[in-house]
Amino acid sequence: MNKKTSILHSNFLYTVIAIIIGFLIGAIFLVIAGVSPMEAYAKIIDSVISKPKNIMTTLAYASPVMLTGLSVAFSFRTGVFNIGAEGQFVVGTLAATIVGIFVDVPAIIHIPLCIIAAAAAGAFWSLVCGVMKVKRGIHEVLSFIMFNWIAYYLSNYMVNTTFLKREGGGEATKDLLESARIESGDFNYAIVIAVILAVITWIVIEKTTLGYKLKAVGFNKFSAEYAGIDSGKSILTALAISGALAGIGGAVQVMGMGGRLAQFASQEGYGFEGITVALIGSSNPLGVIFAGIFYGAMKYGGTKLTMVHAPSEIINIIMGCVVIFIAIAHVFKALFLSIGKKKEA
Amino acid sequence: MEKMSHMDPNTVVVEMKEIVKRFGNFTANDHINLKVHKGEVHAILGENGAGKSTLMNVLYGLYKPTEGTIAINGKVTDIHSPKHAIELGIGMVHQHFMLIQPFTVTENIILGVEPRKGIVVDKKLARKKVLEISEKYGMAVDPDAKIEDISVGMQQRVEILKVLYRGADTLILDEPTASLTPQEIDELMEIIRNLTADGKSIILITHKLKEIKACADNCTIIRLGKYIDTVKVGEVTENDLAAMMVGRNVNFKVEKKEQEPGKVALSVKNLKAKDYRGVDILKGLSLDVHEGEIVGLAGVDGNGQTELVEILTGLKKAESGDITINEVDIFNKTPKDTFNAGVSSIPADRQKHGLVLDFSVADNLILQHFNEAPYSKKGFLDKKAIADNAEELIEKFDIRPPHCENRPAKTLSGGNQQKVIIAREVKNDKQLLIAVNPTRGLDVGAIEFVHKYIVEQRNKGRAVLLVSFELDEIMSLSDRIEVIFDGQITGSVSGKDANEKELGFLMAGGKNHE
Repeated sequence: MNKKTSILHSNFLYTVIAIIIGFLIGAIFLVIAGVSPMEAYAKIIDSVISKPKNIMTTLAYASPVMLTGLSVAFSFRTGVFNIGAEGQFVVGTLAATIVGIFVDVPAIIHIPLCIIAAAAAGAFWSLVCGVMKVKRGIHEVLSFIMFNWIAYYLSNYMVNTTFLKREGGGEATKDLLESARIESGDFNYAIVIAVILAVITWIVIEKTTLGYKLKAVGFNKFSAEYAGIDSGKSILTALAISGALAGIGGAVQVMGMGGRLAQFASQEGYGFEGITVALIGSSNPLGVIFAGIFYGAMKYGGTKLTMVHAPSEIINIIMGCVVIFIAIAHVFKALFLSIGKKKEA
Repeated sequence: MEKMSHMDPNTVVVEMKEIVKRFGNFTANDHINLKVHKGEVHAILGENGAGKSTLMNVLYGLYKPTEGTIAINGKVTDIHSPKHAIELGIGMVHQHFMLIQPFTVTENIILGVEPRKGIVVDKKLARKKVLEISEKYGMAVDPDAKIEDISVGMQQRVEILKVLYRGADTLILDEPTASLTPQEIDELMEIIRNLTADGKSIILITHKLKEIKACADNCTIIRLGKYIDTVKVGEVTENDLAAMMVGRNVNFKVEKKEQEPGKVALSVKNLKAKDYRGVDILKGLSLDVHEGEIVGLAGVDGNGQTELVEILTGLKKAESGDITINEVDIFNKTPKDTFNAGVSSIPADRQKHGLVLDFSVADNLILQHFNEAPYSKKGFLDKKAIADNAEELIEKFDIRPPHCENRPAKTLSGGNQQKVIIAREVKNDKQLLIAVNPTRGLDVGAIEFVHKYIVEQRNKGRAVLLVSFELDEIMSLSDRIEVIFDGQITGSVSGKDANEKELGFLMAGGKNHE
């Protein structure tokens, strides 16, 4: 394969094309809304990179979606569809909050403890659906979506118990102890945790026998079973890892930016944003790092759009279009490859 | 089989002259000629990838030829689309059926050319027309059955009816017998005779020589995209055809030295099992396979072969019985345990069970050993060891294209995919090798290769259980043939003495006198 066709085959090119198209369509809607697209996009870029503090905030926005993105990407690579990252994220937040408020130990123990609690909660939440899938054949997409709502109401219930509810009003929990916080001064360590986990996930998928086994079951359960791999166990392992990653996403959110868990008015959407991030990152953990930062930047930049009187919902339009165009990337691929071929012929 | 020609040598319906089709630098068809007469069955013979399908796609208007002309009924025509080809009376039945599963037979046949009554489809008329055609050519179909509920043979009849309904005079059948049982193949031959008797012409794309001998008038041979010859089938032998197809003499007779079988390797006693619907399928089956022996299991599909193999490989649980391999109990053990005890297999469905198509060839070659040394070191894959293993096997087993270790298995041709599995299982070198339809869909060159390695395992003193719907294959390879009927072994003949007639009698439930 020569260099030119290898570029035409790579996912990266089509992701970039999809992002450009997303911005072009966003521009059309901005014009309709009577806002100059140049001005709006300049504002997003400016608000993200103008000051080091803003870059830090962008990364803080990026970290939780990077982790839910990793969660979904891992599930894609191992042949399941974790649409339940949302719920796993929520129970992860809840677990980290409880450990963060009530366990009084030094930071060096407290922080890992909160993260482990969140990972365990997320893994458990995912495993329940996994067991139903493996033992009873219940499709994971259905049970995951239901478990997202169970997590949502569980969290809202817990927030309002006397045991967790903050004193002096406010629909939120008490604050996490300082020893459980990963935000110090202007630096939020969430991004460090997310990037390290992305690299580890990449190594597991690409370099280990565990990754080989999980992928084999994901690609073709029947051949894997034929070759002596226990497919049920593999699916459960994959779902547990995927759930743990989403749970950790919840932990870094509350231990970093949040500091406490508030009652939800609607689903927060971190899990669903994870699907977008995974798709933009081509389900590659290293791709997810960049996709997560991109999403974080758009999310944070979007909050500043009101300053130029542009609706911040435009961000959702752009991201939606990007996902659609990544989803139909094979159409572009076929188109470009056939054009390339004609030129060669 | 009785052969009767309905060919009218004075009427040429399709004439392709000096057809050249290039894709970039690759020449798929290099000056190919084809002349088909009214009422003729014209076979096109070639190995996998020889360019048969390309030529037919040119005729069917899917590809534009780079050079050459096509004349239909004596008139040079530029066929620009399949729709145009259909208007010219050319119909194509693809190897992989293009039917809509939840639709009925009638709905599939009339799709796109529905008879109308006002703005609604006239279903009554459609059904009547479908029945008319099916009766005319002796093709039994239930016009109201859904495709998902009918057999593969009937689905194929629906495909043929579909092109007849559109008024085809020349039918292209692409590998029509690839997924049919022997009975269904006989029925297809009958249908072909009925069609030609009515003046239809058939272009038969195949690499099965026996079928060509059974029903074709003429045969055009293509090799590596080049036109080799057109011969009268009555004047050549199967050996001649095979030699022209692969460009060298092919050995049909499997070379097998005399060898006394050793001790019992696989022992199955009184095995009982139910099928997926819970109906008894194995009813006390007993079978021994000795070391250094190939035992062929002959039988009509659906008599318990599939379930037996699934149980032996640990994929399915039996109700009762005894199974041992080298006196180790493997009854209702997991696939891993049976494999470790000494059972390896070449599965019937290479894409579903044999390979992970999205994995590279190298990764597929270690499917049972990925977590063992040297491929795994402390939980990490040793890519170097995996690549070395792949390079060695790719070269030894001539898996093509060369150096394909990093290519996804799905990019290989069917024959080469099968070679990947053979390479892996021969290297596993277990006490028992179970081979299920190991040459299905392969051309003669690849078949010769597969047979060679199966015999080699036997010569090494391994036990081989061969399950195949191809009686020829069973007869040429087996030292002993066991016939399975209705979940039991109903007859046993030595491989040397076997003849098709006796086996057919036993397979239909007859008993031999011993």
